[in-house]
Amino acid sequence: MKRISTLIIGAGQAGLAMSRCLSDRSVEHVVLERGEVAQSWAADRWDSLRLLTPNWQSRLPGHAYDGPDPDGFMSMPEITAYLRSYAAKGALPVETRTEVLSVSAEGQGYRVRTGRGDWVCCNLVLANGACTLPRIPHVAASIPREILQISPLRYRNPDSLPEGGVLVVGASASGVQIAAELRAAGREVLMAVGQHIRAPRRYRGRDIQWWMDQSGTLDQRAEDFDDPLRARAVPSLQLVGRTDTPLIDLNYLQAQGIEITGRLAAIRDGTALFSGGLANACALSDLKMRRLLRSFDDWAAEANITGLPAPETFATTEVAKPHRLSLDLRRGEIRTIIWATGFRPDFSWLELPVLDTKRRLRHVGGYVAPGLYALGQPFLRRRKSQLIDGVGGDATELSDHLIQTQSRRAA
Amino acid sequence: MNIHNNTVVDNGVNTEALIGARGAFADMPEAAAFTFRSTCDWIEGTYNANTINGYFGLGQEQERKQTFRIESDHPEVFAAADRAPTPTEIVLSALASCLTGGVAAVAQHRGIQLNSVRATVEGDIDVRGILGMDPEIRNGFSAIRVRFDIDADASEDDIRALVAQSQKRSAMFDILTNPTDVHVDVA
Repeated sequence: MKRISTLIIGAGQAGLAMSRCLSDRSVEHVVLERGEVAQSWAADRWDSLRLLTPNWQSRLPGHAYDGPDPDGFMSMPEITAYLRSYAAKGALPVETRTEVLSVSAEGQGYRVRTGRGDWVCCNLVLANGACTLPRIPHVAASIPREILQISPLRYRNPDSLPEGGVLVVGASASGVQIAAELRAAGREVLMAVGQHIRAPRRYRGRDIQWWMDQSGTLDQRAEDFDDPLRARAVPSLQLVGRTDTPLIDLNYLQAQGIEITGRLAAIRDGTALFSGGLANACALSDLKMRRLLRSFDDWAAEANITGLPAPETFATTEVAKPHRLSLDLRRGEIRTIIWATGFRPDFSWLELPVLDTKRRLRHVGGYVAPGLYALGQPFLRRRKSQLIDGVGGDATELSDHLIQTQSRRAA
Repeated sequence: MNIHNNTVVDNGVNTEALIGARGAFADMPEAAAFTFRSTCDWIEGTYNANTINGYFGLGQEQERKQTFRIESDHPEVFAAADRAPTPTEIVLSALASCLTGGVAAVAQHRGIQLNSVRATVEGDIDVRGILGMDPEIRNGFSAIRVRFDIDADASEDDIRALVAQSQKRSAMFDILTNPTDVHVDVA
């Protein structure tokens, strides 16, 4: 058994940012990583995926993109290389191929059992990712067995799926991108659409992330929301990391020949039943987008930003009347179902009373319990907490908190 | 959010109590489990009457001061005596009531004063379904349309957002747009 001041679980952007902050503050620590640095980016993403944030926005403590294309979007090999060079440049102490098996309380600190021996530490940072497991609805259990069910974590490309039609469940970033790619490969695609957030890639000549960043939207703090749990559950924007598709929204998908229907509500005797509430889900999304864009306009006017083209308006989302309400899954038209219904972190190995009744980690701004921190989770401290660009600020604040409370706990 | 320039917005909805209930149910989720009931007695032909009073909620049986009665019948074109609305019309009115109440509650919460609200509901039924003439025609509504006429101290988008949010949080909208497990048995 080894003893150390601080352990970080996970060598993705969050764990690396924390490691860099602790190194800068001379806190002895080790990063435990189940695979290699940036493992999830390297292994658990589909082939065509690019980051939803432009290159300039991949800022980390002591590190920024300095390549030739600040407005481009990194592919998975590129973001993997980017994070690996960050780890190498900072000589960050990562122990790769070290899977955490359990975490339990030990005296004033924590015992971390790994596949390569036990550690005891005073401080533990859970930076093991927000998107480790797919969030799959219970109706999945009633899907006829001959249909392949797959999540975006295992999906690779259209050729890797069995021939035939595909039902994509979910219309956030993963769902819309995978649906568009499958349709472009000639597949029949049906998409079940629940709550979603429509957003243009570019608005008034600037990337939406420029607007979010500059207007302060990404810096909105969790404590300023009435219901932080709801803020943490907001789905990803309907975006793709490429500029040749200005809107990858439901109008675009329908123009490509994708059929859209309501949320997958139930499977009854092999028939999928979809919600009739599609029109309202689209209306809510249109209103939300208009509110967001108006808030950008208001900010630009107030901040006197010059040289911007005039405010743009976008057509409302088209919904077929009537749209499909059911589909007999035994008829063989659909051969694959893709559960693009969101992701969740994996805390199954956490033997500590820190999860709520819905198995979510209880924390306030990333502070879980004395000496126990979380990082890289949605809306941890700010709207951008889950972005590569957001973990740095959180890691800085949490590492300061760690040092202050450590000296108090030791005193 | 609406800024309500120091004018008091009153749609007759006690949002403080509703927000208080949210807090209480977060601490005690079992208190949020309600069961509603209605008892229907056959009178004659398609004419019958529901009585509604007790329900279960907040962890115990609840009784009202008053028992409500909802009658139902069918119109003369269905060879009935037309003494009360059809069950399908009662469903349409339930949807309209639920959405209208929701509009008032959301408006109160958002600080929007309502001056008038009217919901007009239509539901299409091809009666060959219930007459068993064509298995491809469903018994129920093939489509339902609700139109709101709202006069309120708010922008058009804010009014649209009220109606959208009301649908998002409506029990009747959910009941009509999503499947529900229904068990019917004989005592």
